Amino acid sequence: MDFPLFHLDFMGNRMLVAVIAILHVLINHALAVGFAPLVTLLEFRGYLKSKTKPEEGKVWDETARKLMFFAFVITTTVGALTGVGIWFAASLANPASLGSLIRVFYFAWFTEWIVFVLEVIFIMVYFLTWKKSNESPKNKRRHILFGVWLSIFSWLTMAIIVGILGFMMDPGSWVEKNSLVTGFLNPLYLPQLVFRTPVAMMMAGTVALMFVAYVMKKQNQWKTGILKYISFWILLWMPVAASGAFLYYWHIPRAMIGNLPVALGTQQFQDWYGSLITVMIVVIAIGFTVGILGTFSPRRLPKHLLIIPVIASFLFLGTFERIREFIRKPYVIGNYMYANGILVEEYPLYKETGLLPHTPYASMSTITESNKLAAGEAVFTLACTRCHTTHGISSVVRKFERMYGTENPLNEEAMKVYMQNMHNVRHYMPPFPGNDTELNALAAYLAEQQKRPKTLEGPQIKGVDVKEIKY
Amino acid sequence: MMLTVLNQIPVPKDIPLPMPLPEWLLVIILVFSFLLHILFINIMIGGGVLTFWYELKGKKNKDYDNLAREIAATITVNKSLAVVLGVAPLLSINVLYTLYFYSSNALTGNIWISIVPWVAVSFLLFYLHKYSWDRLADNKPVHLGILGIAVFSFLLIPFIFLTNINLMLFPERWGEIQGFFDALTLPNVFPRYFHFITASMAVTGLFLAFWFGRKGFKTKGKFESLSKNEIKKQMLNLALVATGLQFIFGPLLFLTLPAKGITWGLFWVILAGATLAGIVLYQLWKMINAQSNIPGKRFYLVLGLFTFLVAFMGTGRHMYRESALSTHKKMMAERTAAHWDAVRQAHENLLLPQVESEAGSYTPGQNIFQTNCVICHAPATRLIGPSMAEAVPVYENNADALKQWIKEPGRKRMDYPPMAGFPHFTEKQLTDVANYVLQTEWN
Ligand code: HEC
Ligand code: HEC
Repeated sequence: MDFPLFHLDFMGNRMLVAVIAILHVLINHALAVGFAPLVTLLEFRGYLKSKTKPEEGKVWDETARKLMFFAFVITTTVGALTGVGIWFAASLANPASLGSLIRVFYFAWFTEWIVFVLEVIFIMVYFLTWKKSNESPKNKRRHILFGVWLSIFSWLTMAIIVGILGFMMDPGSWVEKNSLVTGFLNPLYLPQLVFRTPVAMMMAGTVALMFVAYVMKKQNQWKTGILKYISFWILLWMPVAASGAFLYYWHIPRAMIGNLPVALGTQQFQDWYGSLITVMIVVIAIGFTVGILGTFSPRRLPKHLLIIPVIASFLFLGTFERIREFIRKPYVIGNYMYANGILVEEYPLYKETGLLPHTPYASMSTITESNKLAAGEAVFTLACTRCHTTHGISSVVRKFERMYGTENPLNEEAMKVYMQNMHNVRHYMPPFPGNDTELNALAAYLAEQQKRPKTLEGPQIKGVDVKEIKY
Repeated sequence: MMLTVLNQIPVPKDIPLPMPLPEWLLVIILVFSFLLHILFINIMIGGGVLTFWYELKGKKNKDYDNLAREIAATITVNKSLAVVLGVAPLLSINVLYTLYFYSSNALTGNIWISIVPWVAVSFLLFYLHKYSWDRLADNKPVHLGILGIAVFSFLLIPFIFLTNINLMLFPERWGEIQGFFDALTLPNVFPRYFHFITASMAVTGLFLAFWFGRKGFKTKGKFESLSKNEIKKQMLNLALVATGLQFIFGPLLFLTLPAKGITWGLFWVILAGATLAGIVLYQLWKMINAQSNIPGKRFYLVLGLFTFLVAFMGTGRHMYRESALSTHKKMMAERTAAHWDAVRQAHENLLLPQVESEAGSYTPGQNIFQTNCVICHAPATRLIGPSMAEAVPVYENNADALKQWIKEPGRKRMDYPPMAGFPHFTEKQLTDVANYVLQTEWN
């Protein structure tokens, strides 16, 4: 309503946010939260070994350094930028919601930022002083201590962000209590943390295993020892990850009761929930297999198949990430703001007077025969484009065609009836926010879009219409 | 005349939530954290340019190649700090200027979001360049090419930020802008850009003079003929020339500022900054000629002056933003207040007894049917589900079976999708809707 609404008519805005966010979470969990302790441990082992077998200790140390180099390069480039990128993308995809969230969560994010600054400083100190640390055992010990600090701060960054996410996901508590503490008291917070921590460790292990298998020369006599150790790391974390996953799995439906009032929401959730257990069993089986094989017979680890546990553990996290979809829709902020950026409280006004008179970014306020299609486009932009495109991913035309078939052109009356009530049967969608004439215009626009498809360009390409509003 | 201009100004309503902190505190956080962020951005960009320059010179004189390498090492740290320190001002500008900042983001959206992959790739190229120095020692064109792309990106990316920050000050222009390149050509962007790049070079010169001047930096073994003094001198010269150039770009920037935000207060603040710049220039000149120690007394003096200079400029920047937006902010506040009055009114209207409205005459069963079933069932035509005329006769005199179906539908017509059930309906709701369905004539 109050912002020019950025729109990608092929990819969809949500996909943009999803791609950046998923990339960030994967890098953060695997290469920061999990890698820091793993690398520190390898370095420590190398330090211990170097007392009796300096040569072997050196190889361990060098391998740990190479792993850290890899993590350093990725986290300080793609990792850091996708972190900022989530903000950029979210502000484009749903400016009203991000703008509101930042007002509420300013302190949380500020705290998160301070921890994050410290994390970056530690990672730089840790990696960039590595070679110097080999000059004396005293330096080495101090260096290892830095590794420990890095591990702690990486984990803290994650722990805080999980709290913020938990708070954002918990409908209800926000409006009523409006305090950050409720985020950390969210019933899903602890299960999530108990789940994410070992999974991050496991992900780091699988990545490290593959990395070492490829980077170290076969002739290197210490290679199997290192592979074995990393496999053992995976094996150790597997039971924790498995119990964490089950704990989380068990808690999800219990924490969500009341959030899924409508049958279909439940059905979709059930589908996902059902497939979750399969994913869990498969991934855990793969994890155990690799862990056991690598621990007891590292030489037999099939180098080229080591990508499988990496993908599996990434999928593991990814499948769980989907939970947010179910909890939040149709709200972006529980019971306060719908995903279309419109406040629950404003609905009566818009239902009464329509949306268009209240936005400066549509050329018309009233709908006539001649501007009906243009008005329909404006209504579509306000009410649907945060989640749908015209003909791209999650295309609204195709959604209607899937429902009504393609034998006949889309029926405007039927679409109107549908849109008036869609929130009752399709729980994930907010109610249609406008009045009756706007609904007519929208239905006409959708029917026209089916007949003569036309890409809906966002303001980043075609600009915005501006009109004066009387107040 | 006034009216036609006003007509084009979009007046959105503000976000109806309180600020997390008093506004003045947020402003202090914004200005301070922004300056810190931009300091590292400056030395990151300047460092990139100088690395390129010295490595190019290094093709003839190995010493310069080594110097370039020393500078490149600082970029790794500076760029990471630059990014992470950017989060605080980003947060603060998001809170303070939500409506303005997000609007200009959206209007330049595709280029704005391209910052993310673009900067990530530039950073990767910097690493590639840094860690392939020895391996590509015999293939300088490739090595320089990698750096060249990264540095070139660093020089272009500020345009995106400046365009956005500039565009957000001019809501009256939003209606005319079609994409990034339109916004780029607004009057003030290019002067801002040159001002910024020159500042980067000045800051980098000062920073590197300190970096190579400090006691801990040993030239022994690194350079054949290049002396510490010579490096220092070159860096200070750079700072001197760049600061001098600001006396061209600064006034240019000031003169191209659209008049709407210029106040006397702003003028004095900028003038004070410019005066300090004059003193900095003089002190730099003396430092070069006297070959003063770095760090040393005079260096700290220059650093102090420079800090004040930057603080003045930063404050000026903020003052302009505030006064440029003050009228618009007032309009927005008024509109927001009026809007919420209207919202309250609408809530009260809802409470009035419904006069002759259609919905008012519905029976409970009809109501449930309208809101839950009509989406898929029409009286006589096929929608997602079969027509009611077709579906209902099966249940003639058998309300219980119908209720069972609604609660947990089975599967009958294989050319239809399955119907979703309504297990959350209460017994009363089920009875109401079943009775309504059975008692209605559907043809
Ligand atoms: C909160 C985001 C959101 C908004 C806003 C939204 N939708 Fe949806 N819509 C969805 C999702 C999610 C789906 C399910 C996608 C799928 O089936 O994979 C969906 C599905 C649909 C379907 C197909 C439903 C079915 O029964 O299969 C239609 C039709 C539809 N939307 C139309 C609209 C229209 C018209 C608007 C604007 C008035 C709108 N939506 C607004 C999220 C949204
Ligand atoms: C999402 C779309 C959808 C909604 C909403 C819906 N139905 Fe259905 N309905 C269907 C479909 C599809 C069928 C056909 C299913 C089949 O035959 O397998 C059907 C079949 C039926 C039948 C015929 C059953 C039979 O035994 O032949 C009845 C009666 C019925 N619906 C009543 C209702 C009522 C009452 C409601 C509202 C409470 C409702 N439906 C809501 C899609 C829907």
